[in-house]
Amino acid sequence: MSSEPKPYSPFYDNPLVKWVDHRLPVVSMLRHTAEDYPTPKNLNYFWNFGSLAGFMLVTMIVSGLFLAMNYVPHIDYAFDSVERIRRDVNFGWLIQYIHMNGAHFFFIVVYIHMMRGLYYGSYKAPRELLWMLGVVILLLMMGTAFMGYVLPWGQMSLWGATVITALFTAIPIVGPDLQILLLGDFVVGNTTLNRFFALHFVLPFAILGVVVLHVVALHTHGSNNPTGVPIKNKGDAIPFHPYYTVKDLYGIGVFLLCFCAIVFFAPNFMGHPDNYIPANPLVTPALIVPEWYFLPFYAMLRAIDFDILFISAKLGGVLVMFGSIAILFLLPWLDREKVRSANYRPLYRIFFWLFALNAVVLSYVGALPADGPFYFYLAGIRLDFGVSATIVGQLGTLYYFAFFLVIMPLLPRFEKTKQTPESISEPVLGGGPAGAMAPAKPMDKAE
Amino acid sequence: MRRILLASAALAALAPFTANAAGGSHPLPNIDFSFEGVFGTFDRAQLQRGFQVYREVCAGCHGLDNIAFRNLIDLGYSADEVKALAAEYFVEDGPNDDGEMFEREALPSDYFPNPWANEQEARLSNNGAYPPNLALITDARAGGAEYVYSILTEYQEEPPEGVELLDGQYYTPAKGVISMAPPLWGDDVEYADGTEATLSQQSQDVAAFLAWAAEPTMEARKSLGQKTMLFLAAFTLIFFGVKRKIWADLKH
Repeated sequence: MSSEPKPYSPFYDNPLVKWVDHRLPVVSMLRHTAEDYPTPKNLNYFWNFGSLAGFMLVTMIVSGLFLAMNYVPHIDYAFDSVERIRRDVNFGWLIQYIHMNGAHFFFIVVYIHMMRGLYYGSYKAPRELLWMLGVVILLLMMGTAFMGYVLPWGQMSLWGATVITALFTAIPIVGPDLQILLLGDFVVGNTTLNRFFALHFVLPFAILGVVVLHVVALHTHGSNNPTGVPIKNKGDAIPFHPYYTVKDLYGIGVFLLCFCAIVFFAPNFMGHPDNYIPANPLVTPALIVPEWYFLPFYAMLRAIDFDILFISAKLGGVLVMFGSIAILFLLPWLDREKVRSANYRPLYRIFFWLFALNAVVLSYVGALPADGPFYFYLAGIRLDFGVSATIVGQLGTLYYFAFFLVIMPLLPRFEKTKQTPESISEPVLGGGPAGAMAPAKPMDKAE
Repeated sequence: MRRILLASAALAALAPFTANAAGGSHPLPNIDFSFEGVFGTFDRAQLQRGFQVYREVCAGCHGLDNIAFRNLIDLGYSADEVKALAAEYFVEDGPNDDGEMFEREALPSDYFPNPWANEQEARLSNNGAYPPNLALITDARAGGAEYVYSILTEYQEEPPEGVELLDGQYYTPAKGVISMAPPLWGDDVEYADGTEATLSQQSQDVAAFLAWAAEPTMEARKSLGQKTMLFLAAFTLIFFGVKRKIWADLKH
């Protein structure tokens, strides 16, 4: 397909364009990346979430930049400067709500993007590094989000920061000194706020850099697809532009409908009311809860409430929490199954959806009081089960690690995978490679 | 496609499973405030009444720290009325050329003065409790304006089993133990527009006023939101059509 002559577009013959491109090949690079780049033709809408994540990153950087022009990173002024933005800065309310809710939607998009990877085996060879770069992006996002939440200097900002930075004291020997080094002070205070602001401003650009690496790694071998079978013939692939550019634009439209519905009509729905109370070091909130995207990890942290030999409960919790993300790096080597896509792995599919449900349960447990019972409200009625929240959290943590360390390595022995198709085109055209048709007509539409 | 719908339905089915983490499961009274919903707007007459209740009852103990007098233009007052209103208050300014701080009449650019010099003075005069800044109270409490309404109208004579009240404490189901005595009883103010000042009416009015104080830009937000959603719906539909057209000839 890439050897076919491209349709004539006068743009590429423009003398100015040629002059620039001869010296700095931006135009031909764009053409190669977008117009020529062969993409599997059977990608479903779960493949939209990568471009959505990129879209959200840019949105967060731009909205954050304008917030930073009016924000004051000093504990006496931070809260009021945010209020000034909400009230007096032209469209400040919009910029702030976009940034606040943008963080939530960024995580929603990235989590779905990762689940797509887990389901279709996008992390398997030769895309191991692609996956690992993605985990690095997730880590940077979590750091950025954590520090960003401290900046408004509300009650949750201060106390969430206090709880999480206290974890560093769990590290043996260097822990307490490391914590003071990070905070810049003995407690979370003005010094911490100032440096968190600097770091929060700079990390998104680190994320941007890793995203570039992530896309380069992707383009090296191309996208995975729902069958898990790589591109074999011309007919399997289509040019990224215009097919996936227009599909991505449509996807952004649908996404924006959801995003703007929240930003304009329920902007505080996803946040915590306590963060509208100015930070007070002398008053501890009744329940210190991180934002929802940290809840599963928070639940795993709290699940370890017992000592293991010489490892204290506190250190155990920290190790489990960081371990839960570290284990993601090992994923390509933990899953030994040759078949990529869960479409053809009926047993894995069950465990996968259990994993998704487990993540939801863990999030829920993370928001409950640590010592209390496990309960939830169903349509206004409270349901109790006679178990403590901690037990449920422990079970959830167990399943999380078992999924990666036990189920994935052992499944190939027990699983009867379904027959994967010969090629990408085969399920559509019902024939072998000979049945694949080069889509000549749509190419003419490329303008 | 079926799988996507199934997954979405499964996630949506989790919606009724909520943890009422914010302190209690007391169901708040449902008031039909004019500003609720996608098309909600503030009722300016109600905001003015609520402002009157705040000034005459609440301002004795509670500050309205984030509201400046100039913001009251939003309530429908004229610029002259706002100037006159501000002039009824005194704020500290200075130092003057003698090096002294002095008091002057407030200007529209000044913020509402706090009844207390600092938090310590506030606590001293209120049994150790701190009357919170009301300008953000509807955002800072789960339930918002309806929470405020419940606090003002649902004081209980006797606390429930197992709850002990110290001297100077009271009980409202929405918050639990509260250090504020019931501030409203009905007929606490005489409304300028002649509306009957029942407890319920005053509480609704002041709750609406505080909802405005927490977010004066709410109407702009909803108005722009309506236009944005229409725009997005239209263009998403268009992009859907374009996508279908471009993909039409491809066997996929």
